Amino acid sequence: MSLESYKTDGFFDELFESDGVPHAAAAALIEQLDALSRADLKRRQKTAEDILYQSGNTFNVYGDKKGTEKILPFDIIPRLVSSTDWERLEKGIAQRIHALNLFIQDIYNDQKIIKDKVVPADMIFSSACYLKPCEGLKPPKGVWTHISGTDFVRAGDGEFYVLEDNLRCPSGISYVLENRAVLKRILPKAFQTLKVRPVSHYGDHLYKTLKHIAPDGKDDPVIVVLTPGIYNSAYFEHAYLAQQMGVPLCQNSDLIVEDNIVYMRTTRGLKQVDVIYRRIDDEFIDPTVFRKDSLLGVPGIMNAYRKGNVALANAPGTGIADDKAIYTYVPKIIKYYLGEEAIAQNVPTYICEDDKERDYVLANLDKLVVKAVNLSGGYGMLIGPKSTKAEQKEFAEKIKAAPRDYIAQPTLSLSRAPTLIGNGIEGRHVDFRPYSLYGEEIFTLPGGLTRVALKKGSLVVNSSQGGGSKDTWVLGEGEDFGGGV
Amino acid sequence: MMLSRVANSIYWMSRYLERAENVARFIDVNTHLMLDLGLSVEETQWYPLIATSGDDEGFKKRYSVADEKSVVRFLTFDEKNPNSILSSIFRARENARTVREIIPVEVWEKINELYHLTQAHSRKRSVEALADYYTEVRQSGNLFSGMMINAMSRGDGWHFARMGQLLERADKTARLLDVKYFLLLPRGQQVDSPYDNVQWGAVLKSVNALEMYRQEYHSINYRDVTEFLLFSKLFPRSLRFSLDYAALALSNICAEQPVTCPALTEMGLLTQSLHQADTESIIASGLHEFIDVFQAKLNLVDQSIYESFFEN
Repeated sequence: MSLESYKTDGFFDELFESDGVPHAAAAALIEQLDALSRADLKRRQKTAEDILYQSGNTFNVYGDKKGTEKILPFDIIPRLVSSTDWERLEKGIAQRIHALNLFIQDIYNDQKIIKDKVVPADMIFSSACYLKPCEGLKPPKGVWTHISGTDFVRAGDGEFYVLEDNLRCPSGISYVLENRAVLKRILPKAFQTLKVRPVSHYGDHLYKTLKHIAPDGKDDPVIVVLTPGIYNSAYFEHAYLAQQMGVPLCQNSDLIVEDNIVYMRTTRGLKQVDVIYRRIDDEFIDPTVFRKDSLLGVPGIMNAYRKGNVALANAPGTGIADDKAIYTYVPKIIKYYLGEEAIAQNVPTYICEDDKERDYVLANLDKLVVKAVNLSGGYGMLIGPKSTKAEQKEFAEKIKAAPRDYIAQPTLSLSRAPTLIGNGIEGRHVDFRPYSLYGEEIFTLPGGLTRVALKKGSLVVNSSQGGGSKDTWVLGEGEDFGGGV
Repeated sequence: MMLSRVANSIYWMSRYLERAENVARFIDVNTHLMLDLGLSVEETQWYPLIATSGDDEGFKKRYSVADEKSVVRFLTFDEKNPNSILSSIFRARENARTVREIIPVEVWEKINELYHLTQAHSRKRSVEALADYYTEVRQSGNLFSGMMINAMSRGDGWHFARMGQLLERADKTARLLDVKYFLLLPRGQQVDSPYDNVQWGAVLKSVNALEMYRQEYHSINYRDVTEFLLFSKLFPRSLRFSLDYAALALSNICAEQPVTCPALTEMGLLTQSLHQADTESIIASGLHEFIDVFQAKLNLVDQSIYESFFEN
């Protein structure tokens, strides 16, 4: 199917330099796509969807009594990241994660950064993500965020900007691994031509990361994944990761704390657990410490953690560092702890709690993107240029009522990537979330989740709002290139 | 060593799949029996399927007549019947979902596929329209067993799955014999007449037992078929075989236990009672009654398995 007539419409495009002309790194891929007929492409798209459906990574269509299930929409045309771009992203991410871990450790212990007036005290203490029970915690090896995913967008200038640091065990990695497995079957030739860096070793890295934080003296630690259960929307991923590591997948009813030691109930009695990769939010993890109404948590687990009898990944309390208002301080945080300039750039952000900045935001609601600081998934968001007067008025009221809860950013012209739409290939807006592990060192998986807004012109990539995903190919030979993808 | 909840799920995943497969076998045997009897459409009997299922109360509450349409619906797609194929596959899938990190990925995918296939057929109401579907359900049972045999390590997970499958099979093989028992013979046909023997052949065929039976007994009659399906030490769907191997799976699990498990004692009682039973006295006092008693004992075993491993 010829891509000669592909239009970039003035946006930065992930595969095309200009109308019909691919980036040098993408030329080989475009050539292969060109060689496939329209029917062939559609057939491959269908096969990919069938494989994903069969794998069971599906969600129930809300309100559908017949139990109809759907997959997260998937587009077979991959997004490429050149080796030069990746090298820079990797450095930027490692720097951020390093600094943010020092920040969290400081905030819950000495609070030097507050005393030195780099971050205002009320920014911290007014955050819903600041957890008092975490004061004085010192997680094993000083690492708080073992698992994280950094959201990037690429703007019209081709530069990657950090949109969010997701430090609370973000989901999505199973899509990265599954999408890759599918695409290896759908476009095998393309893998042979381009040097695509592998992602399938994520499970090994995750296991090593978790083993690294096991209590001292545990050479063969018992590691488990803790899930809220099969009705959680990310359950597939929880099971998938347990399977990738070959460790038990526990629900809270499987765990019990006695004398500050966590045990799991097995067919041969109780067995001590050393490391828990928990996919339950901080507020729900221990009803004796956080939300008392939580039915998902394990009573007493926080005390076991404080005593060092069990390790949790991620540590509780990390939300303080990915609060959307704290985000604006990250460049200063990096400078403060590491004495370095930030490599990965922030999107300019207005803090509504600041009087001057709030006035600017209120005067420019039609141009800005407004976000609630503690919501994700594309909820609680106003996209100025696409909003009505009434919506703007509603947000103005919300901001005035609770300025600490909102930030605003200029509407970026997000980059686009060619996407199979109907009978043709059209540009659609994308973002990018690479996943990192912080064990002995910080490792970022060369790949990631590219989310794509499938609706024409839409900037919202969240799956709850009509978004899909793409496989992401990081090109080049990394140190970890062990053959095979 | 495995999580108790996971052991419970893998046991039931396996039981429910075996259950679904056996319902498909029931429908198959009924169809063959009626074809062999030469019954016209009006004379076709569907009630034996309900009578043998043990769910006749549930059926009578919601259906007025036992015709093809309602029986097919009740046994195959009725969500309110906990033992319909749809309910069984749905539960097998829910259980598989909670143990997917420990079963081979192909096993999960097959169960998932079977569930979607069932949904896709769920508006059909005649055996003829569903013939391919029932075949598919039976084949899926074989595929499931094969994938487990070839890809699952022989640890506790395997033993729990195997035990669940065999206990379910023991119960259902007995009930399959019962279908023939409940079928009303048309006037002029006698027990042990040539017609009668043809029908027993159909029963054997529906559990893929015809060839194995012939090698042992050569000709078909009520007594021998009953003996074969109840007491064969060698045929893998007989009650005796199913229970002996379920007991073996259980003893493998218990071998690693710190204390003697009560389930082993219950299982011992059940296998012993089966070893002591004989065909003549069962026929004399009634096969149907024998099966009811047997099932009550089976429930005791199931209960003590629950208490020994899943409850803690």
